Amino acid sequence: MVSARDTQSIVIPAKAGIQGAPTIRMPAFAGMTNIVVFLRHTLLALAFAFGFASTTAIAAPDTALEEHVTHISERLRCLVCQNQSIAESQADLANDLRRQVREMLAAGKTDKEILAYMVERYGDFVLYDPPFQTTTLLLWGGPAALMLIALGGFAWTVRLRRRHAITTALSPEESARARALLGRDKDNNNENPA
Amino acid sequence: MKAKALIPLVIFVALIGFFGVALWHAQTRDMHEIPSPLIDKPAPAFTLAQLHVPEKTLSLADMKGKVWLLNVWASWCVACREEHPVLVGFAAQKVLPIIGLNYKDKRDDGLAWLAAGGDPYTASIVDADGRVGINYGVYGVPETFLIDGNGRIRYKQIGPITPEVLDKVLLPRIRELQRG
Repeated sequence: MVSARDTQSIVIPAKAGIQGAPTIRMPAFAGMTNIVVFLRHTLLALAFAFGFASTTAIAAPDTALEEHVTHISERLRCLVCQNQSIAESQADLANDLRRQVREMLAAGKTDKEILAYMVERYGDFVLYDPPFQTTTLLLWGGPAALMLIALGGFAWTVRLRRRHAITTALSPEESARARALLGRDKDNNNENPA
Repeated sequence: MKAKALIPLVIFVALIGFFGVALWHAQTRDMHEIPSPLIDKPAPAFTLAQLHVPEKTLSLADMKGKVWLLNVWASWCVACREEHPVLVGFAAQKVLPIIGLNYKDKRDDGLAWLAAGGDPYTASIVDADGRVGINYGVYGVPETFLIDGNGRIRYKQIGPITPEVLDKVLLPRIRELQRG
């Protein structure tokens, strides 16, 4: 917990170093240029060192905890980039929320408590699996309802067809004619085996 | 028999209508706006250092009994540039206290921004690591919370306060809260 807070304070000067470097004006004198280049390199090196320090500080603690953080983060939607989970996103807010998850896990909070914490602040939208309730009834029940309608329609059509088939059964004369035609057809086939 | 032949057409027209409404809805409503679950809930407590006087803090309890705005801003926020003059103009009318939450910003940058564009805030507080922001469900900057005298969040404006938002959305709500 302490390390995460430390890195936050470290990251800011690192950013300042990178942003600060290009704004240094190049003076006309060659001697001054060397100093500026030296300063710039030092700044960049420092920024790099700080950046490196911050990543190791975050990655080091323990892999089981990180896996757990990722596991929970995968169930949370990134609100800035809505088609990504907090685990996937590199948005600033996603980083902060991962930090929040990490700290809550370290403080012994359960998955459920952490998800509830996020929903309290960001609403159900933050969950990739929205809960089943009146406002999400259509969302969860919709596919099942559509399936039922489709099955009902199918059953209805089948029944109609069957009834149609029965009422249009062949009369005795018609079946006699059909038999005759089929029989002749068979004979023809026998005469000319193609 | 003829009526039955129309069934597919009716279904087709119904679907077109359905898609049409959804399209229209998507155009009129910003899909990025996520309704806050914190509306009508007690505002999360905070105690933060003030931007101008770091050794002094301001907490939620200090605002008790007042209708006030909590405006989340940052010097790196592009949309805040659009909002800032509106806020400066509104602050001059002295309708209610506006507290600025300087979100994930550097103190010097924040101070320079206020020096350059004018300071509409009764007080500015510093949320350097965004923790108070998370408690308020902030997911973008600027966002503005209207908080009543009992410390309840009554409205959340997502995105910049434009003159239109101020007149049509915020002011009526502010007046209603100040009356009641």
